[in-house]
Amino acid sequence: MSFFNRFFNKEKKEDLDKGLEKTKSNFFGKLAKAVAGKKTVDISFLDELESVLISSDVGLDTTIKILDRLEEEVNKEGYINTNELNEILRSTIVQLLSENNTVDIEDYTLPSTETPCVILVVGVNGVGKTTTIGKLAWQYKQQGKKVVLGAGDTFRAAAVDQLKIWSERVGCDFYSKGMNTDPAAVAYETVKYAQENKCDVAIIDTAGRLHTKINLMKELSKIKKSISKRMETAPHEVLLVLDATTGQNAIEQARHFTEATDVTALALTKLDGTAKGGVALGISDQFKVPIKYIGVGEKIEQLQVFNKRAFVDSLFQ
Amino acid sequence: MFDNLSDRLEGAFKSLRGENKLTELNIAQSIKEIRRALVAADVNYKIAKEFTDTVKDKALGQENVLSSVKPGQLMVKIVQDELTALMGGEAAEINLKGKPTVILIAGLQGSGKTTFSGKLANFLKKKKKSPLLVACDVYRPAAINQISVLGEQIGVPVYKEEENKDPVEIALKAIGHAKDHNFDVVIVDTAGRLSIDEAMMTEISNIREAIQPEETLFVVDSMTGQDAVNTAKAFNDVINYDGVVLTKLDGDTRGGAALSIKYTVGKPIKFVSSGEKMDTLDVFFPDRMAQRILGMGDITSFVEKAQEQFDEKEAKRLEKKIRKNKFDFNDFHDQINQIRKMGDIKSLLKMIPGMGKLTRNLDIDNNAFKKVEAIIQSMTPQERANPELLNMSRKNRIAGGCGQTINEINMFIKQFDEMRKMMHKMSKSPGFAGGAAGVPGGGAGGGRISRARKKKKRR
Repeated sequence: MSFFNRFFNKEKKEDLDKGLEKTKSNFFGKLAKAVAGKKTVDISFLDELESVLISSDVGLDTTIKILDRLEEEVNKEGYINTNELNEILRSTIVQLLSENNTVDIEDYTLPSTETPCVILVVGVNGVGKTTTIGKLAWQYKQQGKKVVLGAGDTFRAAAVDQLKIWSERVGCDFYSKGMNTDPAAVAYETVKYAQENKCDVAIIDTAGRLHTKINLMKELSKIKKSISKRMETAPHEVLLVLDATTGQNAIEQARHFTEATDVTALALTKLDGTAKGGVALGISDQFKVPIKYIGVGEKIEQLQVFNKRAFVDSLFQ
Repeated sequence: MFDNLSDRLEGAFKSLRGENKLTELNIAQSIKEIRRALVAADVNYKIAKEFTDTVKDKALGQENVLSSVKPGQLMVKIVQDELTALMGGEAAEINLKGKPTVILIAGLQGSGKTTFSGKLANFLKKKKKSPLLVACDVYRPAAINQISVLGEQIGVPVYKEEENKDPVEIALKAIGHAKDHNFDVVIVDTAGRLSIDEAMMTEISNIREAIQPEETLFVVDSMTGQDAVNTAKAFNDVINYDGVVLTKLDGDTRGGAALSIKYTVGKPIKFVSSGEKMDTLDVFFPDRMAQRILGMGDITSFVEKAQEQFDEKEAKRLEKKIRKNKFDFNDFHDQINQIRKMGDIKSLLKMIPGMGKLTRNLDIDNNAFKKVEAIIQSMTPQERANPELLNMSRKNRIAGGCGQTINEINMFIKQFDEMRKMMHKMSKSPGFAGGAAGVPGGGAGGGRISRARKKKKRR
């Protein structure tokens, strides 16, 4: 497994395995059982595969796509044994992830070499934006970068305090104008602070908002604009945080947030809890936006870069 | 994906024209459509399958009804009735008999426990109870501050111990505090936890054992996918909760998780919560949820929202004015404001069956009335009260005042005149009642309201 040696150190790998343990036993574990003992792809196998994929939140369209491709492959290849079928299925899914996503990132490289590199974090309520920011800041801090967190969630009760505590845990800078202030102004000022204090990275938090609230989505566009006003090339990354326990609505979220803010990357959280994570397949299938990070636990180091090859491989182990 | 199940079912039955009986063969396609609609709504895959099997049996049992009702409509009705029955059952009130009543709140991270706790406290306070909130999330940064801020907002005291890391002890002391200070409801907010986190699940079990709550509520995000079943079951196994709270229903999720959970654990859904404001807590209506899951709009909620803003006296006054053909720009402006008070216009339109598809690509926002408002506000008080006054020179002045072209002004006045005529005409028809004036601009809105009102009385 030279692959893992390159991208994962041992502990990280264990976290991912632990996080996906449930997924494994439910998803591809079942699949392995479904494959075993079947020598051809018959209808009942496809039915079973369909049920496994759908009950893992993969979504109807993507499931149908995977089934079609699998059938196509099998037709081309002719007779195959169980192992081969398993391999074809695996590569079909990896392929699907590959063609819709940009290249895998290998570590926590900053999205831009410009300083400060500005990252705007968005998402619906309760997906784990602030936690993800804390974990990401910690990673950059480990690389010796100077980081500032901007408290752009000025709406939810105590959101500013929550981010401040994270900045203290990480040991990085923190910029806030307090609660109930204009988030666009906070974003602007955070970039200014980062420039004046020679920070390498500025990560700006925003209030959770449902993607259906037009005015709140407009506010996000405004926040983004005011960042660009201070620094023309910023934000260098707009990170949409998605909760892996979410069902098909995650796809709607990805769509609307992309429309409002040109999302450039996704973070998928709570993968340690849900038995699925199949929503990642559905989203990758429909958006050109890459999944960059996955959250696999509550500890500060439990954020990982998303690697589709490793993700699928790890599921099949 | 499936904007209207009825349309799709009609389609599935089109090829069957001439057949007048539902058979296993000719409903196969529609059963598949139903299953797909349910799955797309995040109803658990297995449950969707079992459910459609039930529907199939029911449908095959129907005798010779197709002469009067279209088969597609019949299927929709069967599905809707079955769904409603499944999610309903006996009315689920919360038990407030304890002295004090203790309510334990539990759920996953980010499901909305703290916001719900605040809303529940607010809800009870309005019912003349004196609630006490208890901050038992000792883990998440600033969780205690969050509930304190909410408590302050709604004027409900919060019991907290910043230094104490033992939620069992905090909860017990809070109950003691409540007894000493005459609080009659204690709402214990806890940390979010994963159902597979054994240590945390033991903790919530210990809290429950220690405080013996009258009511334990499981809070779940309505956007949850297929996993809802596992989580709901795991929590139920450990804390045997009394009811479920569905949150974030103000989004566009179909909310299939509601069905999955009810089906799996059989516990009633006691509240639905939508929005971040403290007064957006509702009791659960299974028929509405059924319509939502099927993507069929939610006309009942629409009507209720309209009624909330509906002022009987005001309507009577308006009715009189319409009868005398005296409806003026001031009244029109009031009406716009009333509609706006009902909330986001796009989400309102979505509640009307069949509108979901129409509004999808339509960018209606809450500023939709801005232009009209600007015109009205550029008029003098005399002009607003007497639409007849508007002549060319006045129109020109108004156009300058609101920054719109004279054409736009003319168009608006023409529409206003037509609307006024129409309303006057309607007012002479025998069915016209005060209620019809709630939403002006067409007979359709008025008609719906009255129809639904009758329906409400029947309940």
